[in-house]
Amino acid sequence: MSPLPDYYTIWHKAGHYGLRIMAALVLIFLMLPILVIMPLSFNAEPFFTFTQGMLSLDPDAYSTRWYQEIVDDQKWRIAIRNSFLVGIAAASIATVLGTLAAVGLASPWMPFKRVITALLLSPMIVPLIIIAAGMFFFYTQFNLVGTFTGLIIAHAALGVPFVIITVTATLSGFDRSLFVAGLSLGASPIKVFWDVVIPLIRPGVISGGLFAFVTSFDEVVLVLFLAGPEQRTIPRQMFSGLREQINPTILAVATLLVVLSATMLFVLEALRRRSARLRGQE
Amino acid sequence: MKDTKAEAFLRFDNVKKSYDQQNLVVKGFDMDVQEGEFITLLGPSGSGKTTVLMMLAGFESVTSGDIAISGKSINKTAPNKRNIGMVFQNYALFPHMTVAENLAYPLSVRKMPKAEIKDRVAEYLALVELSAFGDRRPGQLSGGQRQRVALARAMIFQPTLILMDEPLGALDKNLREQMQFEITRLHKQIGFTVIYVTHDQTEALSMSDRIAVFNDGVVQQCAPPAELYERPVNAFVAEFIGENNFVQGRVTRIEGEIAKVETDTGTITTQTSEGLTEGAQCRVSIRPEKLFIHPTTHAHDNALTATFVTRIYVGDFIRYYFRLPDSTDIIVKVLNDLSAPEFEEGAMAQLLSLTKDCIAFAD
Repeated sequence: MSPLPDYYTIWHKAGHYGLRIMAALVLIFLMLPILVIMPLSFNAEPFFTFTQGMLSLDPDAYSTRWYQEIVDDQKWRIAIRNSFLVGIAAASIATVLGTLAAVGLASPWMPFKRVITALLLSPMIVPLIIIAAGMFFFYTQFNLVGTFTGLIIAHAALGVPFVIITVTATLSGFDRSLFVAGLSLGASPIKVFWDVVIPLIRPGVISGGLFAFVTSFDEVVLVLFLAGPEQRTIPRQMFSGLREQINPTILAVATLLVVLSATMLFVLEALRRRSARLRGQE
Repeated sequence: MKDTKAEAFLRFDNVKKSYDQQNLVVKGFDMDVQEGEFITLLGPSGSGKTTVLMMLAGFESVTSGDIAISGKSINKTAPNKRNIGMVFQNYALFPHMTVAENLAYPLSVRKMPKAEIKDRVAEYLALVELSAFGDRRPGQLSGGQRQRVALARAMIFQPTLILMDEPLGALDKNLREQMQFEITRLHKQIGFTVIYVTHDQTEALSMSDRIAVFNDGVVQQCAPPAELYERPVNAFVAEFIGENNFVQGRVTRIEGEIAKVETDTGTITTQTSEGLTEGAQCRVSIRPEKLFIHPTTHAHDNALTATFVTRIYVGDFIRYYFRLPDSTDIIVKVLNDLSAPEFEEGAMAQLLSLTKDCIAFAD
């Protein structure tokens, strides 16, 4: 840390350190609930509290039995499978649709750009409960309630805005003359799109897809409304787990989810840097 | 298609362009280009020159008129089917591909066999003297090198035409001159047809076979560089190409090619230009390097009397600023040798010129 400027009064200094202390406190406030579950998930006892043994770091007070429980319990296995199935399918659909939408919206000849953008982004803004209720009544018309298809479509709709936002951001740095150059070299517009546009906006597409996946992965409101017993996802299973059988299995699942999310964050950051590097070289 | 004119390699026939169906950006562009010619479209920004280029490349539609290559209209041909190479001001190289991949792209699009592509890429890399750079990304090259790659990429598929849209605009002065030389060399060596757009007249004069000077959507003059400089057809061209002095006057007599113009500082004899009539107001253009300060050994037909204002030392030459009685500024360029005279401020001087170097334009 650089030394404080000489002209600082006592009040300047108070502000200087006060700001840092406040920031640290806010960070602790945000992170503590997440961090605290991690050691708890290794609890040897079926409680949500730190036992005397855990506090004295007795190895016997820790165990991986709740992780074993996830593997052994068929309900959890199905929930995990369902979450990945719905998440991957929904994210794929959202990525394709969102990318196409973003590319279309980036075109200078696109009419009603603002209105369309607002409509496409609305699933992010409208309260989930309203979307869920609307979808429930709409889907009953088509017998989509209680089906994987229905849940995947619903989650894809939630994921599209994330893809649009990330792809639009990468497209803003995209030089349109590259597209023109591709055409002038004899490639058809679709070929130029595949060979030139997609590789250059790929970081945005991938991070949008990951966002869409995570959105689906931890979404519970739509699942409560639209999913039947067969479409139980991890959050839904945790939700019922909380009410029915309180034991640290939930904490073990939560820890796994935190690790998964953290991994994705690192992937996103790596992608962002890669894209910045590519752009910096232009 | 008229048979007599079907010879032209590239023809613009009364091409017009309007973006809003009211104002024409290009107002009836006609031009015949021969195969292998280096044509420059020169003009201030907003004069319509880039629009013409974009219509030729197919990225702008033609409002009316016809563009034909070898007698066949290309108005309805998609840009990627026109087989026209293009060089952009910002190079437009694909940043995610290596230099070699950039060059190979138009060939692989045309389904050329891999081995042949490899040979052709190597050949063109050698042509632009970048053989050692095939594996680099465009981001790892300097501006001049990137532009050479862009040139090679536009030539490698042996297009019918190569269009260049201010290709040297992003380079600094030294590099620009080097690249001018490079483009001229490649043009001579390979013999492709070039349509070149620029607002830099030095660039246009030094590279082109013919230059079309644009202003306000209309071609003012289309001629080889020397003719454009020596015999501009109107005051716009005279002013836009190179430096020029303009002296106000009134035409008193026209005899064939020669006009007598009465000015505040005496009568001068000049070349005529189109639209000049006896008794009308006119402007006489005289290039700064075609004026000589008395005393001089140069022959002369005309003399203007002017007041000395200042002289600016440029290096290889010296610029003198004089003022006519009607307060028109006159610039004279004198080579920096022993004959460059010194003046007191406010001193009077005789500025001499030849009839063939003066042109009168109707006002």
